[in-house]
Amino acid sequence: MANMDDLYREVIIDRYQNPQFSGTLDPHDYSYHDDNPVCGDHIRIDLRVDENDIVTEALFSGEGCSISQASADLLMEKINGMPLDEVRKIGKQDILDLLGIELGPVRLKCALLSLKVLKGGVYGLDEVMSLDELAAS
Amino acid sequence: MASPSKLQHLNVEKIRADFPVLDQEVRPGVPLVYLDSGATSQKPASVIEVMDRYYRTQNANIHRGVYKMAEQSTEDYEMARGKVAQFIGAAKPKEIVFTRNATESVNLVAYSWGRGNLNKGDVVVLTEMEHHANIVPWQMLAAEKGIRLEYIPVNDEGLLDMDALPGLLEMKPKLVSYTAMSNVMGTITPIAEITRMAKEVGAVTLIDGAQSVPHLPINVTELGVDFLVFSSHKMLGPTGLGVLYGREELLEAMPPFLGGGDMIKRVQLHEFSTNSVPHKFEAGTPAIAEVIGLGAAIDYLNAVGMDAIAAHDHELTEHALDRLAEVPGVWVFGPSAEHKSSNAAFTLKGAHPHDVAEILNREGVAVRAGHHCAMPVHEKFGVPATTRASFYLYNTKAEVDHFIEAIYKVKEIFG
Repeated sequence: MANMDDLYREVIIDRYQNPQFSGTLDPHDYSYHDDNPVCGDHIRIDLRVDENDIVTEALFSGEGCSISQASADLLMEKINGMPLDEVRKIGKQDILDLLGIELGPVRLKCALLSLKVLKGGVYGLDEVMSLDELAAS
Repeated sequence: MASPSKLQHLNVEKIRADFPVLDQEVRPGVPLVYLDSGATSQKPASVIEVMDRYYRTQNANIHRGVYKMAEQSTEDYEMARGKVAQFIGAAKPKEIVFTRNATESVNLVAYSWGRGNLNKGDVVVLTEMEHHANIVPWQMLAAEKGIRLEYIPVNDEGLLDMDALPGLLEMKPKLVSYTAMSNVMGTITPIAEITRMAKEVGAVTLIDGAQSVPHLPINVTELGVDFLVFSSHKMLGPTGLGVLYGREELLEAMPPFLGGGDMIKRVQLHEFSTNSVPHKFEAGTPAIAEVIGLGAAIDYLNAVGMDAIAAHDHELTEHALDRLAEVPGVWVFGPSAEHKSSNAAFTLKGAHPHDVAEILNREGVAVRAGHHCAMPVHEKFGVPATTRASFYLYNTKAEVDHFIEAIYKVKEIFG
């Protein structure tokens, strides 16, 4: 588990306090939202894609801890301009790489909530792994 | 509530020495400050030892064997039932049913009494400050039988809006089911008044004592309440064990909950007859060691004294609320100290409760963050989650002060 100075790296506090990709899109091509039932965190992600299925805009909204909000913000940044095919391949390790920290089992789910929501949007509900499955992936 | 000034102060240092888990560091040089007794309490050595001794020397199933160990286990198990009865002022030990937890106790009442006595359109009154355990079983019954749920509102102070109760009672509810102490806000509810008023309109009454029974003395016979549910693990006892108190007459009339061994008098291939109360509700081998452990926990609580514990817990709460009021950006959930005990849930501006709890953890302070299985009351106040510090007989004012200092560390990180 990361020590506290790592866990609250400047980038995480900064993204939490000043997110760059927060908001909603209306109209949008994809929109999905979900909760982390353990802590009540809530994230919604809206996407616009062009005719080549490339993400042109991605914004998140919701409430949650610094880890869940910062990872959502970093994830939105990452997928901007990315083809949906590649978006579908994003996994747990990509999120950890974005955050640049290691996380214990509870906070890992905070970090992965936005990925779960994103996958819900681009895959459709039925094919999405639960947070537990994502965390174990 | 008894006046704290009249009571002898607890010898907390002596008490702490009885709780092995408290004597540890979360990291070198950082002692554990356990402020999560609202989730589960720690266990004194006497409870751990009695369970250890049970498994080492006399483990045997109860109500069956004729050999010495089995007889001793049965005797110890039933003796613990008697201690529980005495602890809450029940008239008879047979009014005590052992379950897995307070949640199961509520479900037992909903399943057995509820299904037998509630019909479409019948009203059940709950409160807006209930734990999910005293909401969801009734919602399930509402879906199945079409009963109506009504709620005593919570006012802006975090107290029950008692002015709304007469109107709700005019609906002639069949059941009024309410917490004696909010697990989030710490609010102590006027159970004597609610019970009296509910009984006047002929309602059956259920008190969720999961939070209150560990901290406040209660006498079910004096109160006249019909059901009381609580959990062993929040009152120094082991996990996996809950209690249902039910007035004898009601328990006798109720159909069984789970079917199986021990709950029957006689079984034939196509029918059975039920055992007497309370065994009718204790199907299968129960948590024998845990029940004996709970007996030891009650001995411990009695030796310290519930009045003294109530006064101590209240004093700590008062101190915590005073100190929290000094911290800029802190909002305390629930009423002022005079109306609550054992509990201080709060939010800190600019920091999510999970982050607060994580940084408190770094300082050795164990608290809980989240919605505490009480989403409706959080929603009412527009906060998705809170951080909750909860106190018990082994906590000190110095620990509360350490907790406050740790909140300032959170403020440093989250500016």
